[in-house]
Amino acid sequence: MTATFTDRSPRFIRIVRRIPVWIIVGILLVVVVYPLFWLLTGSLKTQEEFLNNPTWALPEDWTNFDNYVEAWTTGNLAVYIRNSVLAVVPALFLTIVFGVAAGFALEVMVWKGRGPVLLAFLAGIMIPGQMILLPLFTIYFRAGLTGTLWPLIITYTAIGLPLTVFMMATYFRSVPREIFEAATLDGANIFRMFWTIGFPLVRNAIFTVALVQFFFIWNDLLIALTFTTRDDLRTIQVGLLNFTGQFGQIQYGPTFAAIAVNVIGTLAIYLFLNQRVMKGLTAGSVKG
Amino acid sequence: MNRVLGDWRAILVLLGPALLVYTLVMLVPIFWSLGYTVFEGNPITGFEFVGLNNFATLFTDPKIADALVFTLKYAVVLTIAQVGFGYLLALIYVFWLRKASSLIRTLAFFPVVLPTVAVALLFQELFKIAPQNGLVNDLLNLVGIQSVDWFASPDTAFLVLILMDLWRSMGFYAVLLYAGLVDIPDDLFESARLDGASGWRLVRHIVIPLSLPVLLSSIIFSVNGTLKVFDSVLALTNGGPGNTTTPLTLYMYQTSFTYGEYGYGSSIALLLTIICLLVTIFIFRSSRRDLTKG
Repeated sequence: MTATFTDRSPRFIRIVRRIPVWIIVGILLVVVVYPLFWLLTGSLKTQEEFLNNPTWALPEDWTNFDNYVEAWTTGNLAVYIRNSVLAVVPALFLTIVFGVAAGFALEVMVWKGRGPVLLAFLAGIMIPGQMILLPLFTIYFRAGLTGTLWPLIITYTAIGLPLTVFMMATYFRSVPREIFEAATLDGANIFRMFWTIGFPLVRNAIFTVALVQFFFIWNDLLIALTFTTRDDLRTIQVGLLNFTGQFGQIQYGPTFAAIAVNVIGTLAIYLFLNQRVMKGLTAGSVKG
Repeated sequence: MNRVLGDWRAILVLLGPALLVYTLVMLVPIFWSLGYTVFEGNPITGFEFVGLNNFATLFTDPKIADALVFTLKYAVVLTIAQVGFGYLLALIYVFWLRKASSLIRTLAFFPVVLPTVAVALLFQELFKIAPQNGLVNDLLNLVGIQSVDWFASPDTAFLVLILMDLWRSMGFYAVLLYAGLVDIPDDLFESARLDGASGWRLVRHIVIPLSLPVLLSSIIFSVNGTLKVFDSVLALTNGGPGNTTTPLTLYMYQTSFTYGEYGYGSSIALLLTIICLLVTIFIFRSSRRDLTKG
């Protein structure tokens, strides 16, 4: 973007003009960053400090990680994170494998009826999760799956498919058709074409879609809350929701630490991949 | 060539798994859920056919009216707030910060990826009154204002909810709208400036009209998302005080799982789905209108 408000006024006036903007940016930084900073400092405070010092005071000992230990073990955070990983990783894998293959079949391959099928997938994007909750609960209950993580894996896979299929179809559309036609003339069969040509060409796109789906699934509360009937199956979001209850309202430190673990974990992924996360999430969401 | 690209067996292998999972776990349950709407009960106590009773209840249940009003109020207020603030941020990114906006964009976007539950718990602590004040009440005391019990009254609870969701989402809309603004060709600004437009007039007559398509899709996307609000309400206020911050999604959840009313719960889910569908149809219609305008 090079659209500028160029003017020939002296530098001094330009600086004065920018003051309101810097104030806005300053406010923005305080509003976005300070609550997180407050959370992190809170997670290092002892119960004493919570009761005696003002809330904005800095922790007296910056290396006091007792709260984290407490949250991790007594607070079952370790178990919740394990459950989340066990549910999210297989679901993510299945969503991507099924979704990329379906996107290829719907966009690159030529057959009657692919329009309506793509539209059927598209319809799934706008259906609220509440609409499929009760039948699924009944099915999983009857199939005896309620004591496992399978309901989460299956549901996440299905819910992730519409957006994944749609985004993959869009990415395949931008690949010149001549590439696939040339490969056909060279005698490649369709599966070879998918693996050696289609897949590598959209590899970056797949990574972006996977990232988008990861954040959706990892942060899900509705599905996890409905289908995790046992305490030891709770995912991190459900566990966190019940966290304050577990310790009683008075235990500040471990609560702050538990929230902080969530925030720091997400922050780590985000800092490494922020441009891609921003692009992916905005692209994925607008199409939804 | 068409023999290869149109090979039915290959299509089945590639599309089959996705279509099967999608059909069994989403499409079938949607119709199954439609079937539930004419029954009363749940799988454990058994079902009883009640015809259109659930829909009759839908129209007379005062809690539905409350939930619907809350859902719409939340959707309208938050949409205006998040698209408005997002647009303001996007304008700041494009016109004032320019190339330096990358860092600010990255920072302002970060809350978008945070788990809602974590953010809600953080805001509970920020706005806490008892037994120990949170940061907000401490700051109020500092300037001589008495502590407020934010979650005790419907209006303040609503305010905190909106503030929290605004905090979570404005960076997202800012990036979305920023992408739209960056697409505007520079020569348009140049010629407008040559015609003597600057500052606010430039924004009003050039920037807003030209970013209207992306602004419109942000608004409709936002409405569609806010109508489905669930996580943030459940984690922040749990619908309270009373049921004053209970949206349709949460009421459906409570009806189904707290009271075991699958039939009525499905009817509420259907109502929500219809509202979302209407909004989506509106998306397609308005985007088509934009295309014809060129």
